Amino acid sequence: MAATALDTLQQQMVPAAGAALLSHGTLAFTLAPAELVPTVRRLRDEFGFDIFLDVTAVDWPAAALRFEVVHHFYSTAHKARVRLKTRVAEADPTLDSLVGLYGSAAFMERECHDMYGIVFRGNHDLRPILLYEGFVGHPLRKDYPKQREQPLVPYRT
Amino acid sequence: MKMDARTVPIVPATPPSRKDGAFEYLTTRKDELIGWARKFSLFPYPFVTACCAMEFMAVSASPYDTDRFGAALPRFSPRQADLLMVVGTVTHKQAPVLLKVYEQMCEPKWVMAFGVCATSGGFYQNYATLLGIDRIIPVDVYVPGCPPRPEMVIDGIMQLQAKIARSSHPIVTQAF
Repeated sequence: MAATALDTLQQQMVPAAGAALLSHGTLAFTLAPAELVPTVRRLRDEFGFDIFLDVTAVDWPAAALRFEVVHHFYSTAHKARVRLKTRVAEADPTLDSLVGLYGSAAFMERECHDMYGIVFRGNHDLRPILLYEGFVGHPLRKDYPKQREQPLVPYRT
Repeated sequence: MKMDARTVPIVPATPPSRKDGAFEYLTTRKDELIGWARKFSLFPYPFVTACCAMEFMAVSASPYDTDRFGAALPRFSPRQADLLMVVGTVTHKQAPVLLKVYEQMCEPKWVMAFGVCATSGGFYQNYATLLGIDRIIPVDVYVPGCPPRPEMVIDGIMQLQAKIARSSHPIVTQAF
């Protein structure tokens, strides 16, 4: 079932969504930022990918488009997963938000904003969720110093 | 009254003792007396944040039984507790909470760092983790281990008891 669904998906999506790669049973698409929301809408409405699993990012410090934002989706009907990769630049790490399609995207995009500083256009609540107010920088970026602490309580002397 | 084999006679458990002067007075030092009383009435407040909680449950439950040391009854209000057991990793985000709990406890109070994360941060050294609770509050006894064995925790409690017993206990009134 999963294999058939993925075949159909691959055939139908490849012209629109660019190159696809089957990686450990998960279909992975590489998209341009503008294609993200239309592609996700098709995934949800036409292919039954009803669960938004995760959004995270990968930091490639040497690359021109430094951040690779990775979305994962799951279809409970087909029992299949899909991965979408989108590259954004360090100067403008902005990507369209998915809160209009999946309500659960709000918190996951907040976490991604905490850790990597990706700005999700359309998500109006990007307050820190795992970090705290006043934290400077984004700790999972490769250029964040590994041992840099930002304590909230002054240390005893 | 008819007496048979099943009737239990109602008599005092021990015969009334006479005052014979054998044990009328006890001489001791004030600090030793108060220390002896305090070391067997530790009321722990478990500040439990991570997986060491499982070991805390194990050491509290019957096979190891911290009740034998007078330290069994957790108080879930810091105002009623005098031993703060910090069990698990403390993050920078949670450090203000720990400090507030510590400041709410009444004197006299003691702190046990339970497990290596509370002691020194353990294997964490990153943006999130406080590298040992002694950076923000004073600690009386450290119990390392990931997690510590119940024997180590009991040893820590006994070392804390020894520390309480040999320390000075200033009491409010001049008369005492």
